[in-house]
Amino acid sequence: MSLDVLIAHAFGQAALDVCFTAPGGGVTALFGPSGAGKSTVVAAIAGLFAPRVARIALNGAVLTDTATGVFVAPRRRRVGCVFQDGRLFNHLSVEGNLLYGWRRTGRRASAGDIEALLRLLGLSGMLDRRPASLSGGERQRVALGRALLADPALLLLDEPLAALDDARKAEILPYLERVRDESLVPMVYVSHSAAEVSRLADHVVVLRDGRVAAQGRAAEVLSDGPTTRKSSREALRGTVLSVCERGARIAIADAEAWMRGDGLATGEMVFVTVRPADVVLSLAPVVSSAPLTLRARIAEVQDDRNGAVATLDCPAGRFEAQLGWGAAERLALAPGAEVYAAVTAFACVRPESEEW
Amino acid sequence: MSIWAPLTPEEWQAARLSLQVASVAALVSAPFAVAAAYALSRPAFFGKTVLDALIHAPLVLPPVVIGYLLLLTFGVKGAVGGWLYETFGVRFIFNWTGAALAAGVVSFPLQVRAIRLAMEAVDPRVVAAAESLGAGPVDRFFTIVLPLALPGVAAGVITGFAAGLGEFGAVITFASNIPGETRTLPLAIYTSLQTPGGEAAAARLAALSIALAIGGLAVAEVVARRLRARLA
Repeated sequence: MSLDVLIAHAFGQAALDVCFTAPGGGVTALFGPSGAGKSTVVAAIAGLFAPRVARIALNGAVLTDTATGVFVAPRRRRVGCVFQDGRLFNHLSVEGNLLYGWRRTGRRASAGDIEALLRLLGLSGMLDRRPASLSGGERQRVALGRALLADPALLLLDEPLAALDDARKAEILPYLERVRDESLVPMVYVSHSAAEVSRLADHVVVLRDGRVAAQGRAAEVLSDGPTTRKSSREALRGTVLSVCERGARIAIADAEAWMRGDGLATGEMVFVTVRPADVVLSLAPVVSSAPLTLRARIAEVQDDRNGAVATLDCPAGRFEAQLGWGAAERLALAPGAEVYAAVTAFACVRPESEEW
Repeated sequence: MSIWAPLTPEEWQAARLSLQVASVAALVSAPFAVAAAYALSRPAFFGKTVLDALIHAPLVLPPVVIGYLLLLTFGVKGAVGGWLYETFGVRFIFNWTGAALAAGVVSFPLQVRAIRLAMEAVDPRVVAAAESLGAGPVDRFFTIVLPLALPGVAAGVITGFAAGLGEFGAVITFASNIPGETRTLPLAIYTSLQTPGGEAAAARLAALSIALAIGGLAVAEVVARRLRARLA
């Protein structure tokens, strides 16, 4: 099997421009921060959303092609979906939910196969129950079983664990692994959690700001990708001093910075990542509009094709600054020199969860 | 006659007739109300504004006007009524079915409103889930939208029933005021008030009307609550 996806769409200011191929079999993760466009891509694959320009093919069969006007109805795509909120049918029992798609498929699983799947997902004892009486983890298992019994050629899982607490996540992950290992249905797994992705996925497509930032085998992308772990290792340590509606105040060495405080808590340790191009060096303190100015000592200056890159040390860690042509000579920047580094833009990463 | 004396046969007849007219009106119009509510709960389509206005017209038109329009349409010389009479020998006027038709038309928008609210409350993402599981549009309507909106449908039908019990203007204009045939409770009250010495009878019938209407609304509430509890 293979899944070819090309999507271009604009929502007001935000643009989605995505092209990737998920290889045959296994689990392909769509990984990236919220707002990167992951759920839109999934909705387009399922046929629940029609992008302005798109070509989506599953195993060579075209599902959506805006160039030729092909749009296969969602119910004929054989694409099973498991959503973050389960979307169970509250007026039906667990059994009614599980068999809803099964009754409507041409190639029905046999009673024995259904039995086996119910055992695999631990659902055998709850067939008569109502969705309203299920826990979050049980609901997701029912949603998974319901999608699998509809005989899908591809299974889309859109943040299936995001609404669950850590204990429930730990409870349901083994079921997902079993489905991956025992059913032959390939999966596209959407998540913003590096932990889930590294545990489940074989292939990773990293989405950022509506574009594919990286893709490849899970082990490679997650360990060496320029956009993931590497950045948090070469980052400055900071501490959240306070959080209010205007944002979070973060202490980095002896400096302070403001940033959007989404999801941060007072006292929390964070990694602050700085791109070399966003750093301006000066020999004396200057009053500027930069949100963060650090006192640092130069460890190394290396020429590169844009001029030079200075490696800097400060009590919060090591970072780099891109220097223009001749800047190092003009300012006499040499190892050991004390400078002021104005950081015009930076990002904040939580170290322990490795989420975006 | 005392207000507490037992009901006379005529009064029983009016009460029974009211129940018959109102229940037939509510039940026969229910499928049409469900269809209209579903159409109005859909995203904008060509003619939606006109359909919306037509369905809600009985709320704002004087009931006498509705009775008059029904006479024009369903009278034995009317466009539809004439054809029905000549082809099947069916006629609505001077007949309890005419009273039911008039009550049904007047209470129709009330039914549609209740059902439409319930249908709009059905999560479209759940309907999309059914679509991804292989259900076509008709299938989705009958297996997902309608069952999930059932409390609203029940509430709509019973509200329509309670409103049909009290319809006066359209019934008397279209079906006339014939004892035992079209004289429902409100018409019986009106007739008593027109009769010298009929005030006590009117008061008894009014009390009966109030009891039936409030009873109907209470039943609606209980039924809707039970159905909602099943879906919660």
